[in-house]
Amino acid sequence: MTVLEADGIVTGYSEVDILHGVSIMVDKGEIVAVIGPNGAGKSTLMKAIFGLLKVKKGKLLLDGTDVTNEAPQHMVRRGVCYVPQSENVFPSLTIQENLEMGAFIRKDDYKRRLEEVYELFPALAERPHLRAGKLSGGQRQMLALARALMLDPHLLLLDEPTASLSPLMVTDILAKIRDINHTGVAILIVEQNAREALNLCHRGYVLVMGRNALEGTGESLLESEDVGRLYLGG
Amino acid sequence: MAQLVVVGLIVSSVIALGAIGLTLIYGVLKFAHFAHGDLMTTGAYVAFMVLFGGGHIGPLSFGYGMIPAILAAVVIVAALSVAIDRVVYRPLRRRKAGLVILAMASLGMAMIVRSLVYIIWGPDQRFYVLGIQRAKQLPFGIMLKPDQMFIGCTALVVMALVYLLLYRTKLGKAMRATADNMELARVSGIDTEWVVSWTWAIGGGLAGLAGVLLAIQSHLMPEMGFLLLLPLFAAAILGGVGSPQGALVGAIIVGVSQEVSTQWIPPGYKPAIAFLLLFAILLVRPRGLFGVKS
Amino acid sequence: MESLLNPSYFASFLILVGIYGVFALGLNVHWGYTGIFNFGVAGFFAVGAYTTAILTKEPSTGQYVEYIGGFGLPFVVGLLGAGVACGILAFIIGIPTLSLREDYLAIASIGVAESLRRVFVNERWLANGTRGMIGIPQPLHGIVDPSDYKYVYLCIVAVVLIVIYIAIERGIRSPWGRVLRAIREDEMTAAASGKSVFAFKMQAFVLGAVIMGVGGAMYAHYVKAITPDSFAPFFGTFLIWVMLIVGGSGNSKGAVLGAFIVWGIWTGTDWIINHSPGGLETRIFYLRNLLIGLLIVVVLLIRPRGILGEEKRVSLFFGKEPPKEQLEKDSAAPT
Repeated sequence: MTVLEADGIVTGYSEVDILHGVSIMVDKGEIVAVIGPNGAGKSTLMKAIFGLLKVKKGKLLLDGTDVTNEAPQHMVRRGVCYVPQSENVFPSLTIQENLEMGAFIRKDDYKRRLEEVYELFPALAERPHLRAGKLSGGQRQMLALARALMLDPHLLLLDEPTASLSPLMVTDILAKIRDINHTGVAILIVEQNAREALNLCHRGYVLVMGRNALEGTGESLLESEDVGRLYLGG
Repeated sequence: MAQLVVVGLIVSSVIALGAIGLTLIYGVLKFAHFAHGDLMTTGAYVAFMVLFGGGHIGPLSFGYGMIPAILAAVVIVAALSVAIDRVVYRPLRRRKAGLVILAMASLGMAMIVRSLVYIIWGPDQRFYVLGIQRAKQLPFGIMLKPDQMFIGCTALVVMALVYLLLYRTKLGKAMRATADNMELARVSGIDTEWVVSWTWAIGGGLAGLAGVLLAIQSHLMPEMGFLLLLPLFAAAILGGVGSPQGALVGAIIVGVSQEVSTQWIPPGYKPAIAFLLLFAILLVRPRGLFGVKS
Repeated sequence: MESLLNPSYFASFLILVGIYGVFALGLNVHWGYTGIFNFGVAGFFAVGAYTTAILTKEPSTGQYVEYIGGFGLPFVVGLLGAGVACGILAFIIGIPTLSLREDYLAIASIGVAESLRRVFVNERWLANGTRGMIGIPQPLHGIVDPSDYKYVYLCIVAVVLIVIYIAIERGIRSPWGRVLRAIREDEMTAAASGKSVFAFKMQAFVLGAVIMGVGGAMYAHYVKAITPDSFAPFFGTFLIWVMLIVGGSGNSKGAVLGAFIVWGIWTGTDWIINHSPGGLETRIFYLRNLLIGLLIVVVLLIRPRGILGEEKRVSLFFGKEPPKEQLEKDSAAPT
């Protein structure tokens, strides 16, 4: 069952195209990683999927429905949540208020979901009235993830979740992502940290210069000589 | 001296209502709304138009006719603010116009609003009620008119309501979230245009009320709001743009300083005091007292 | 409108177009070329006008007319003195304010202008307070019949305007000018190329202020009598901004064109007052303000770059942006 299918995506920030026809797929319950060198267009792909960038050519299908160029607020209502790489929490709001904002469009009583999310993130449950601006980098990332879960999404888009985190926090975040995936959420993750991402994912895609270069299961890419040489060296 | 401080506090409460609206708009939309003073003027004149009947509510100078007048002022200025946003500022926002263009547009709107007031009501001073009210004797030798006490109490009640709105309601939290990061708010699913419209309605409503209170305190004049613009901005920036508590504290500092300064320098310099305070904070701590370092 | 065809009336019209044109050129140096959002033009207007009054008038005659100075110096000295005074004022103001972000700078400049105005109002000893200064001498007054004097003054204004225009055009095409425009486009990148952004901004700020001072002086000598009310924010600042935006900022021709058009609209609607029913004159007067307000809002919505828009880049050879190396060379060039 395919949750997300991106077919031949061409997009960019202005007249210059960053992606020249990229195709990826995410199946139900999978973690799919997109890796590649700087400037390959990984974040650009994610933004195009979520509707933050105009797709010039190509198609996006969500559960079989065409969602190409749907605005972000519509994507959210379709069950797709996006966590930006940086500035991904509301610093002057408390942890609890951040989560409440995550549940903004819910018409039902979100209290039950809030409890479920707190169970997944016990560190956040400890001090729910702490201002998010006072959190450390790792805690903020956790909060950003938690916020995105408030809507019970069935697809989560994570833009470089381990960026600028300490190695200990990286492990924690990746473990948390795995936990989230075990609750049934499909996850598309874009990462600079190639080795960790491939370890985590079921399948991965390698993008180079705005095009598909390689794809395969996480293990196969980890073992692949090309990938090893180019991206796993450090 | 104590008298000056108390009068300053009453003036501050009017400035506070205006500055809170201004800072909310500044926080959510990131632009300096130079037409805010003239929205206050509009509120005052709308109330003037709607006010009917005489009489007195207790020791106050005006009768029960003032209640619908105030309501009309608040609602009409709120609606007007939302309308202006739809017609003028939103298209500019869509076009990603810079700070300066938006500021110029608001100056243009200020001119339009003020000119309409001049055309409809003329340049002469107007009063809600004729006649002079007698001040009441209070402890510590302070003389305060009942109208002034009314203004202070109204302002306090309204500010408490604004606090409740911002910290206990979904709209208020969404406003604070949008002020923090509009893009993230959108990404989270918050309808930011809805938040923007409400921000204008609340900011405009507060301005309308402030205008009426100002007119009760002194008189109506087409320039009344514009003359308050510098103190409004001083209060908002002093307190930290985007922070309503900051706007309140800033308003108190500005209002009281202005009144107390008349002990030593001519009253004609009052806005210059506001400006000096503004200047000082910009030099020493540009983010304001409650502002967040960006 | 028939009166506009009257040569005398037309000459008066052109004189003010010329004076406002000078202001618009000065503001263009601030905003159009350097990105300094100066909303206190009225302050420089007033200081320029009062400085020349103080320098060129005869000393104060009695206890009902107080002001400092009164040196009876010639017109040219008054003009230059006005420029210098504004330049010094700009320098003093600029030190704390030029590094502020745009909107704070605007508010600060409003504050400065407003405070200056109140100083002139409250300090009677300085420039006669609200009564203002009258009898400001006019240059070359004796050479023609008084009723024809305006043609002489028009020539003077034209000469000053042209000199300033040429000076600015030269300046803006020089390496110094290129740095200014780079600062306007992208301050951070410009800062990365070396020379102090602040120094350049200050130079532009002072230069624009000097020009505005000259404009203020020319206004004073034309109207012969000035009071603090002559420099109300509408005429002293707002109108000039409207002129610049309508004509096209970043563009000297645009500045002057804007002055012509906007002052033309203002003067052209004069007939509204003359033909309005008695008693309503003061109210109808504001119909023109309304018109100007509408004008700026409409222009911002429809054609924010103004009629003439921004000038094309100085050298087509360099394309849209001067390359980094050229920028570095420009910053290093002696100014």
